[in-house]
Amino acid sequence: MIPLAHYLILGAVLFAVGMFGVLTRRNAIGILISIEIMLGAVNLNLVAFSRFVETSTLNGQVFAVFVMTVAAGEAAVGLALILALYRNTRAVFADRFNVLKW
Amino acid sequence: MELTTLAFLIPLLPFAAFVITIFFGRRLPAERGLAAVPAIAAAAGSTLISFFLLLKVLHGAVVEVSHPWFKVSEYLFTVGVSVDPLAALMLIVVSVVGLLVEIYSVGYMHGDSRFSRYFAYISLFVFSMYGLVLANTFFLLFIFWELVGLCSYLLIGFWFEKKSAADAGKKAFITTRIGDFGFLIGVLLLASAGGTFQFSELFGMAQAGHFSSSFLTIATICLLAGAVGKSAQFPLHVWLPDAMEGPTPISALIHAATMVAAGVYMVARCFPLFSASAEASMTVATIGGITALFAATIACTQFDIKRVLAYSTLSQLGYMMLALGCGGYVAGMFHLMTHAFFKALLFLGAGSVIHAVHEQDIREMGGLGGKMKVTSTTFLIACLAIAGIPPLSGFWSKDEILVAVKESHNLGLYAIAVGGALLTAFYMFRLYFLVFCGKEKGEAHESPYVMALPLVVLGVLSVCSGWVGLPWLEHNVAGFLSGGEAHGHHGPDYTVMGMSILVAGAGIFLAYATYIRGWIVRDAFSRRLGPLYSLLYNKYYVDEIYLSLIVRPLVSLTRALFAFDLAVIDGAVNGSARLTVIWSRAKKWVDIYIVDGAVNGVAFLTELAGSVARRTQSGYVQQYALMIVLGLATIVILKLLL
Repeated sequence: MIPLAHYLILGAVLFAVGMFGVLTRRNAIGILISIEIMLGAVNLNLVAFSRFVETSTLNGQVFAVFVMTVAAGEAAVGLALILALYRNTRAVFADRFNVLKW
Repeated sequence: MELTTLAFLIPLLPFAAFVITIFFGRRLPAERGLAAVPAIAAAAGSTLISFFLLLKVLHGAVVEVSHPWFKVSEYLFTVGVSVDPLAALMLIVVSVVGLLVEIYSVGYMHGDSRFSRYFAYISLFVFSMYGLVLANTFFLLFIFWELVGLCSYLLIGFWFEKKSAADAGKKAFITTRIGDFGFLIGVLLLASAGGTFQFSELFGMAQAGHFSSSFLTIATICLLAGAVGKSAQFPLHVWLPDAMEGPTPISALIHAATMVAAGVYMVARCFPLFSASAEASMTVATIGGITALFAATIACTQFDIKRVLAYSTLSQLGYMMLALGCGGYVAGMFHLMTHAFFKALLFLGAGSVIHAVHEQDIREMGGLGGKMKVTSTTFLIACLAIAGIPPLSGFWSKDEILVAVKESHNLGLYAIAVGGALLTAFYMFRLYFLVFCGKEKGEAHESPYVMALPLVVLGVLSVCSGWVGLPWLEHNVAGFLSGGEAHGHHGPDYTVMGMSILVAGAGIFLAYATYIRGWIVRDAFSRRLGPLYSLLYNKYYVDEIYLSLIVRPLVSLTRALFAFDLAVIDGAVNGSARLTVIWSRAKKWVDIYIVDGAVNGVAFLTELAGSVARRTQSGYVQQYALMIVLGLATIVILKLLL
C-alpha cells in the first residue's frame, strides 16, 4: 500500500508546478490552468488525509468535491474575464495588463 | 387756532424760511431779491403773530405749554413755550427789528454773491432768538443761546474772505463761549439742586427759600457770566466792537434785537433768582455801571462810525444791566425795547451812510445832511432818543433806569449813570455833527426805497415806543411787565427828569460848541491830557492786555503742546507702529519658514515615501501573486525557525 508521504510529496510537487505556472505563464489561460493544477494538488492532500488520518468520516473527500465545484465556477468567471479582456484589447497576456494600480 | 400753536408757529416760520433758503435759495434769482422773499414773508408772519399774542397777553391770556421730550434718570426734558408779558414784549422787539432789518438788507446786500445764504442765516438767527425768548426751561434756553452764538459767528464772519472778518467771527464766538461756560455751570447747578430745568418751578423754589443764599449767589453769578459774554459787558466786551466786520444790517440786528439782547433778556428772565441774592444783584449792577461809563468814554474818542455805535451799545447794555442789578426789572426791559428801536435805526442809518460814501471814518465825512434827507433826519431822531431828550423814547426808559438806580441808594452807581448819560449825549452828537453837518466832502446819494422805508418806520418807533412807559399813565409798561403788582415807584420823579434833561442838554451843547462852533478846540483834550486820551483812544488797551496776558501765552502754550504732540505723542505712536511692523515681519518669517515649512515638510516626506512605496504596486497580477507567495514563505520559514 502506498504510504501517506508519497501522496503528500506528489501533492507538493503538483502544487509547486501549479504555482510556478501561475507565476511565470504569460498567457492568462495558462495561469488559469495552473490554478486548476494547484487546486488538484490541494484536493489530493485532502483526500489523502481523509484516507489515512481521519478514517472515521468522509469530511476530506466531501470537501474535495466542494473545491471541485467552486473551481468550476471560478474557471467560468475567469474565462469570462479573459474573454472580456480579449475583446477589448485583442490580447490574453497577463503582462499586458497593468492598469489596475495607483 | 390755539394760542399755543400760534406761539410755536413764531419760531417755526423763520426756521422754515431758513430751510427753504439754505437748500433752494441759490435757485431763486438774487438779482431781483427773490431769494429774500421766504425770509421776509416768514418774518412778517411772525411779526403779525407776535402782535396778536401781545394783544392776547394784554387781555390777561397766559400761554404756557410743555411737551415731554426725553427723560434721563429723574430729569424730564420738555419742549415748551411760555408767553408772559416779558416774552411778549421781547417778541415784538425781535420781530419788528428783525423784519425791518431784513427788508433793509434787500437793498444793502444787493448784488452780494452769497445773497441767499445771508437771508438763510438771518432767518436762523431770528429763529434762535424767538426760541430763546419763548423757552420755558433752562435747557431750551441754553440750546437757543448757543444757536444765537453760532448765528452771530456765521454772520459776523459773513465776508470771510476778509481776514479781519473771519477773525472777528472767531473772536465773537470764543469770547462768548467763555461766558457760556459759566452759564452752563450755573444752569447745571440750579438743575441739580432743584431737580428740574423748568423756570417756573425753579423760581418758585428760589422764592420759597429752597436754596441757600450763598448757593444762589454762586449760581446766579455763573449765569451772569453767560450774560456778560453775550451782552458784551466788561470784561468780555471785546468781541462786540470787532463784530463791526459783519454786514451793517447784521450789526443792527445783533446790537438791537438778537445777540446782545439775549444776555439782558436772560438776566431779566431769571430776575427772581438774581433778586433773591443781594450779592448777585450788586455784581450785576457793578458790572453794568462799569461797562456803561467805560464804553461811553471810549466812544468819545473813536473815529469809525460803526465803532462809535458799538461802544454806545456797550454803554447802553451796561445801563440795562445796571437797572436790573438795582432791582429795576421794568426799567431794564423798557430800555432794552426802546434801545432796540433807536439803536437799530442808528446802525441802519450808518449802513445807509456807508452805502452812500463807501467810507467808515467820520473825519472823512461831513455835510451829508443835505444830500441824504431821510437818513439824516431819522439819524437825528435816533440821536435825540439815545441822548434822552423828551418826548423821545430813550428819555422815558433812561429816566426809569435813573430812578431805579437812585432808589437803590448807591451814590457811586448813580453818579456813573448820570455821567454816562452826559457822555452818551456828547458822543452821539459828536457823531451826528461830524457826519451830517459842516462842509460837504465828496459825492453822496440817498439810499434806495427799501433801505429808506425801514429807517422811517424805526424813526417813528424811536419817537413813540417810549410813550408806553409814560409815568403818568395808569396802565403803562411797568404795570404790564410786573403783572399789575405795585412796584414801589409810582408817578413821575421830577428831580430825576430835570437832571436827565439837563445832562443830555449839556452833552449836546458840548458837542455843538466843539464841532459846530469851534468854541472849544477839537484837539484841546487830546493835547492837554495826552496819556489819558491815548488810553481812551486805544480802548483802555483791553485788547492788548488780553493779547499779551491770555492770547499770546495760550498760543505759545499751544505751540509747545503741538511740538510735544509731534515729538512725543506722535513719536510714541509711530514708534510703536514701527515696532509692530518689525515684530510682524519676524512673525511672518517664522510663519513662512517654520510653520509652513513643517507642514510642507510633512507633505514632502509623505510624497517621497509614497513615490518609493508606489513602485511595489506595479499592476502586474503575477507580481502580486509572487509577493503573496514570498510573504507566505517568509511567514512559514520564520515559523519553522523560531
